[in-house]
Amino acid sequence: MDFTYTETQDMIRDTLARFLGDTYDFETRQKFIASDEGRDPAIWTALAQELGMLGAAFSEEHGGLGGGALENAIIMEELGKVLGIEPYLPTVVIAGGALKAVGGAQADKFIPEIIAGNVIVAFAYAEPQGRYDLANLRTSAKKDGAGYVLSGHKGVVYAAPWATHLLVTARTGGGQRDRDGVSLFLIDANLPGIVRRDYPTVDGSRASEVYFENVAIPADALLGGEGEGLALIEQIVDEATVAVCAEATGVMQKLHEGTLEYTQQRKQFGVPIAKFQVLQHRMVDMFMEVEQARSMTIMGTLKLDLPANERKAAVSAAKNKVARGANFVGQNAIQTHGGIGITQELAIGHYFKRATMIEGQFGSADYHMERYEALTLAE
Amino acid sequence: MDMEFSPEDLAFQQEVRTFIAENYPEELRGKQDEGEELSKEDFLAWHKVLYKKGWVAPAWPVEYGGTGWTPTQRFIFSEETARADCIRLMPFGLAMVGPVIYTFGTPEQKAYFLPRILSGEDWWCQGYSEPGAGSDLASLRTAAVPDGDDYIVNGQKTWTTMAQHADWGFFLVRTDKDAKQQEGISFLLIDMKSPGITVRPIITLGGEHEVNEVWLEDVRVPQSQRVYEENKGWTCAKFLLAHERTGIAGVAASKRGVEKVKAIARTELDGDKPLIQNAFFKRKIAELEVDLTALEFTELRSLAGPNAGRGPGPESSLLKIKGSEIQQRLTELTLEAVGHYGAPYFRGFGEGDNEHPIGPDYAHRAAPTYFNVRKTTIYGGSNEIQRNIIAKMVLGL
Repeated sequence: MDFTYTETQDMIRDTLARFLGDTYDFETRQKFIASDEGRDPAIWTALAQELGMLGAAFSEEHGGLGGGALENAIIMEELGKVLGIEPYLPTVVIAGGALKAVGGAQADKFIPEIIAGNVIVAFAYAEPQGRYDLANLRTSAKKDGAGYVLSGHKGVVYAAPWATHLLVTARTGGGQRDRDGVSLFLIDANLPGIVRRDYPTVDGSRASEVYFENVAIPADALLGGEGEGLALIEQIVDEATVAVCAEATGVMQKLHEGTLEYTQQRKQFGVPIAKFQVLQHRMVDMFMEVEQARSMTIMGTLKLDLPANERKAAVSAAKNKVARGANFVGQNAIQTHGGIGITQELAIGHYFKRATMIEGQFGSADYHMERYEALTLAE
Repeated sequence: MDMEFSPEDLAFQQEVRTFIAENYPEELRGKQDEGEELSKEDFLAWHKVLYKKGWVAPAWPVEYGGTGWTPTQRFIFSEETARADCIRLMPFGLAMVGPVIYTFGTPEQKAYFLPRILSGEDWWCQGYSEPGAGSDLASLRTAAVPDGDDYIVNGQKTWTTMAQHADWGFFLVRTDKDAKQQEGISFLLIDMKSPGITVRPIITLGGEHEVNEVWLEDVRVPQSQRVYEENKGWTCAKFLLAHERTGIAGVAASKRGVEKVKAIARTELDGDKPLIQNAFFKRKIAELEVDLTALEFTELRSLAGPNAGRGPGPESSLLKIKGSEIQQRLTELTLEAVGHYGAPYFRGFGEGDNEHPIGPDYAHRAAPTYFNVRKTTIYGGSNEIQRNIIAKMVLGL
């Protein structure tokens, strides 16, 4: 047993932290998220080409550094600390994860392009009626000659306005909620018939409603077997879920640190408010949530390779604990700051917003507790 | 002891219901349903309807324009306005400075200000908190120095709600630098159009402009606009804080909020069933209802119990703590209920963005409201301060 990071992993963390420290201070971030594009594309290019960061989780044969889920977690945690809105999660963790799983010509084609920073992928999986159920799909892909015709509506597709490609879940058979008949496609984001409505999100990113109006897609857009995609989708969403747990750990750490710092500066009744025991205990409770979030992220990450049901139970345990922790730490960071915590002026409120959205991302605390119970407590 | 309404009460309830149904401004209803930001005129529209009817200040003594209702009638009125989803009237004049003026003011102050508060002619704001004086309000530093018949006021206030619309503000200012903290404070009524006043917006997490910084630079204020004695302003402040805390329980509005959450949970799907049938979600709604009932009956005991009529005491801190926690849980459940559609954000982005927001109508403001309502456990004396009050004043610790 060994819970230490390798030298390479430490180097990835240090390099990225230094780069983000130089490029991603809060004021700079606030400026580029308010720009028309909603991001600074030079940062993505630098992550790819100067730092080689987008290859950290890919094999050396594809031009990467040979890492995997742990490297993803390290990078997501550092992005969390700066409220990064870079599309690392959908592009590297999710699309990269799917490509690694299917391998072959598709992996050989796309992974080097992802590593080079040329391909950005948005994950179009959620639908208005579906909540967190990955199989609840109305979007359909019907066989048409050699390819498919894609129709439907995907909701709240993070990073879609920036994407060169979309990773889309769609039904190629079966009823709306069947496990069978679900397929996964990686398609060009600019195909005729794809209509987007773009908007900002409450946590500083950009997303879109994506409408597919009889979009003709080629046969080789299909990742994995037709109608057999759900197991793969569940796997990549589990990988994404522990990755947002890692991001949450970074966000929660900053919420806690910011609160410690503020309470030592802020004086009321003649003393720094950090002297009040009721606030000390609350900050201790926040600290314990941050530590446990880190523990559960590592636990979930290390169990990603177990058989599906064990993997799912571990990921759900991690997400449930992290979601509850993010809620507690976020709310108490704001409460401890007082009025200044609910203004746009301080970074703390923006960390709180991201922590809040992470709570529900890929399933709320309740959703994951239900999944955990079904897997571990069934009679 | 009983909890039934008398036949007179039931008739009154019907009268209120009918009045609201026939007189609530249509345009306001539409804006509320769309989740639009309300203007000053919107806030005043309902105020003016109630003023015309003579129902705008039920809590005031009859001689100053109150309704003379029994506590039960006042309870019914607030229940019915919340049930009908009427907007809440701005409290700064009606619930805050009004009672201070009729309790502590001079005959001239009463004659001038009270009718204008009732009619809505003057919009009021509250100049209490300062950057260095929040929970420790008595450490405030904005100073008023006598100059002939006037004071010259200098300092900075913050968290001044709706000051951008205000005609008048009531301010706590220091008039004796050498006295013990609470003893050197006076309560001034200041014309917000006075030279030397600057109001700057503070934008909160949901993108709203509700609160402001107010800067006072050599602002000349007649001493006749001081309420009560010089250096005794803390007496007015304590009186007002207790008043502010009773309304803050917000039972009737939270009941309405529970109904809204239920309606959303009946519409949102969880698999092939409405979300309200999800055991976890249902349990959370039920727990909230139980806690709200506990709050309601605690408030009713204080309204109609043996201590009724003595005015709000330190136990009103209990109502503030529990009421604000329930308001926050409501926004949390709403955000949870809307799932993915909590994420789209449509405010303060670009000029002239008039497109209809994404997702169901009830989802548009779910996240911004959740962020915004974190304020309820902070304002009006934070819940930590309220617990200190209970520990000291109720438990004698």
